[in-house]
Amino acid sequence: MKETNLNFDNYKAGSFYDELFDQNGQAHLHSKPLIDQINALSHKDLRRRQKAAELALHQLGITFSVYGDKKGTEKIFPFDVIPRVIPASEWQNIENGLKQRIEALNLFVDDIYHDKKILKDKIIPQDLILSSKCYLKECEGLNPPRKIWIHITGTDLVRDVDGVFYVLEDNLRCPSGVSYVLENRAIQKRTFPQAFATMNVRRVADYPDHLYDTLKYLAPDHIEKPKIVILTPGIYNSAYFEHAYLAQQMGITLAQGSDLVVENDELMLRTTKGFEKVDVVYRRIDDDFLDPSVFREDSLLGVKGIMNAYRKGNLALANAPGNGIADDKAVYAYVPEIIKYYLGEEPILPNVHTYICEDKKQRDYVLDNLEKLVVKAVNQSGGYGMLIGPKSTRSERESFAEKIKANPRDYIAQPTLSLSRCPTIIGDDIEGRHVDVRPYILYGKSIFVLPGGLTRVALVKGSLVVNSSQGGGSKDTWVLGSEGNS
Amino acid sequence: MLSRVANSIYWMSRYLERADSIARFIDVNLKLILDIALDRENVQWQPLVLASGDEADFFKRYKTLDQKRVVHFLTFDNLNPNSILSCILNARENARTVREIIPTELWETINELYHFIQKYSKKRQKDNLLPLYAQIKASNNVACGLVANAMLRDQALHFLRLGQMIERADKTARLLDVKYFHLLPSPEYVDSPYDAVEWGAVLRSVSAFQMYRKKYHQVNYRDVSEFLIFDPFFPRSINYCVNQALSSLGAITDMTKVDMGAKGEMAKLQQMLLLTSVDKVLAEGLHEFIDIFQFNLNIVDQVIYRSFFELK
Repeated sequence: MKETNLNFDNYKAGSFYDELFDQNGQAHLHSKPLIDQINALSHKDLRRRQKAAELALHQLGITFSVYGDKKGTEKIFPFDVIPRVIPASEWQNIENGLKQRIEALNLFVDDIYHDKKILKDKIIPQDLILSSKCYLKECEGLNPPRKIWIHITGTDLVRDVDGVFYVLEDNLRCPSGVSYVLENRAIQKRTFPQAFATMNVRRVADYPDHLYDTLKYLAPDHIEKPKIVILTPGIYNSAYFEHAYLAQQMGITLAQGSDLVVENDELMLRTTKGFEKVDVVYRRIDDDFLDPSVFREDSLLGVKGIMNAYRKGNLALANAPGNGIADDKAVYAYVPEIIKYYLGEEPILPNVHTYICEDKKQRDYVLDNLEKLVVKAVNQSGGYGMLIGPKSTRSERESFAEKIKANPRDYIAQPTLSLSRCPTIIGDDIEGRHVDVRPYILYGKSIFVLPGGLTRVALVKGSLVVNSSQGGGSKDTWVLGSEGNS
Repeated sequence: MLSRVANSIYWMSRYLERADSIARFIDVNLKLILDIALDRENVQWQPLVLASGDEADFFKRYKTLDQKRVVHFLTFDNLNPNSILSCILNARENARTVREIIPTELWETINELYHFIQKYSKKRQKDNLLPLYAQIKASNNVACGLVANAMLRDQALHFLRLGQMIERADKTARLLDVKYFHLLPSPEYVDSPYDAVEWGAVLRSVSAFQMYRKKYHQVNYRDVSEFLIFDPFFPRSINYCVNQALSSLGAITDMTKVDMGAKGEMAKLQQMLLLTSVDKVLAEGLHEFIDIFQFNLNIVDQVIYRSFFELK
């Protein structure tokens, strides 16, 4: 009986915006070749392709260890073979919006650590910035190479029921996930080759080249072949695969804190030949752990003295320390103002409306309407420290209300969005599941937006939380080129 | 290259080689049962424990020594740091830290082998282990092929080869030492039919039987000892391993311009082999000879560590 089910015959888009189907159950024009190819497969065939994709990920060792499991069980980050498709015109708008946003945020960070004009002009309350845990005094007056602070960004976008993309979060520190974009694509191409070939899907494989250019641009001009390294916390970090993968793709050194030492304010690698000078560090450890002599003393991951070497201009760090001030969830609410202030332009991509709990009037509204809102701790990521009002119990709301009253600066609230959905293989059926998407942006000589991104999918029915730590999986994101332009 | 990376590649390679050696030793012993079990009370398992160097650990945790326990101790026991399972786990952890240096397929080969033995270790019925040992040998051959065909001839390759050759020289030496002791307990066995079968097994343990035959045609302990210690062309003889390790050390020294004596120490081992012969070694005591050899091999290992891995 189930034999016929694993295709789109019984698929219901429901009352949400659906990434592949319209409200009448017809495939969007741009996703039709994909739907047709999947519908032409037998039940077993689609299942076989899903299994083959999972096996490939397992063999590549793109796995994470199950915490607390001594038997060494390892799992792959769940991958669904039905891709999400974004047509060229929509993407063009996203790309323009992201470039505008990163340019403005970069100017903002530079201003905050220098003249603070935006605070003096009272566009943003001074307290909100100076009270942030992400404001680093150590960065005041710093001039990073080429005035770029935000080199690598992964911005989370969601689509509401109206089909409009909203920015949900700017990740300006150490955004991860791009390796999944590249590996998912490699596997996806094998899964639906015909649809892929006919739909003019844009390439993502050259991301490492763009990343290398971005990093190289940070080295002083007179250094012809700069020494560039990726700094990783090591193999027990959940993103270690990505660090190794990017190092391998760019052919650069993957270093741990213990491989590096600062001598005379220069950063050195410990090599079999002795010490070797480093010019650029793509660091994948947080600000807090970067330098035990400046930030957390107990950090074993960082390098003592690296901040001093950086301040003296003897090396470049990507991303620059201090960026957290611009992706603080309370500061997020002001990004539209930030864009207007620095660029004199209207934001191309809208924000999700955000209530700042520190503001008394807004806080009162939040406390009165908790069951309708999503409340987030401003300084946490990964889906932790979150209250989803409509799905919460009375006691959860009460305990959150207490937390908000105790530390209003630490919380913001947003209306619950009806995230768009994308068809996903669930057991023996295809069902709609909520998704977001994280495009990756590189800021070097110019701003580059990778035409693709990590689509994360909440595999649990009805769930809006897409984070991998909370039962999320991923999908390939097919950004289509316009006719004759791929 | 990074000191840490060089160290990891060296140990990745040693652990792979170690797993391969143990798999060969057990595999041959299991097959030996088919030849002699009817005549002799039991196939000797104790020498395998002795050759592993972990007999103290074994007797601490196992009351009796028999096939089942020895096989488990050497293959799946995760408390034994030198069991095949532990070695492959360690090879994989080291490979993981150098993923960006080694060919992706090499990582995948080691990763798949790890998942294979993990799965095997969880089987309730482990009565047929021959496919497991066959897989370990096959994977190791694939790994060697990838190293030969896909890696730059740079430091990484030479550290890898250095680890492999030092480990291999050590294992061949141990095997010979232990077997010699056990196979020559009483004069009447020498050159008896059993003797030929058992020494044949020693050769098979290091995949040497066929190559040995080409040169010596018949099996006896003197010729086997000569072949495994001195043969310049057999890839698992001690002499060959020492020469290869020395050549890789030379290449590393040229590339790094660092020489804190590792090459000199290795050259001493080469000299030690050059200045003696099998008859002299057997007359003066094989065990004593191998003891000195291993002592000096450990010194080489320590000097390599100080020269290249430990940068203060």
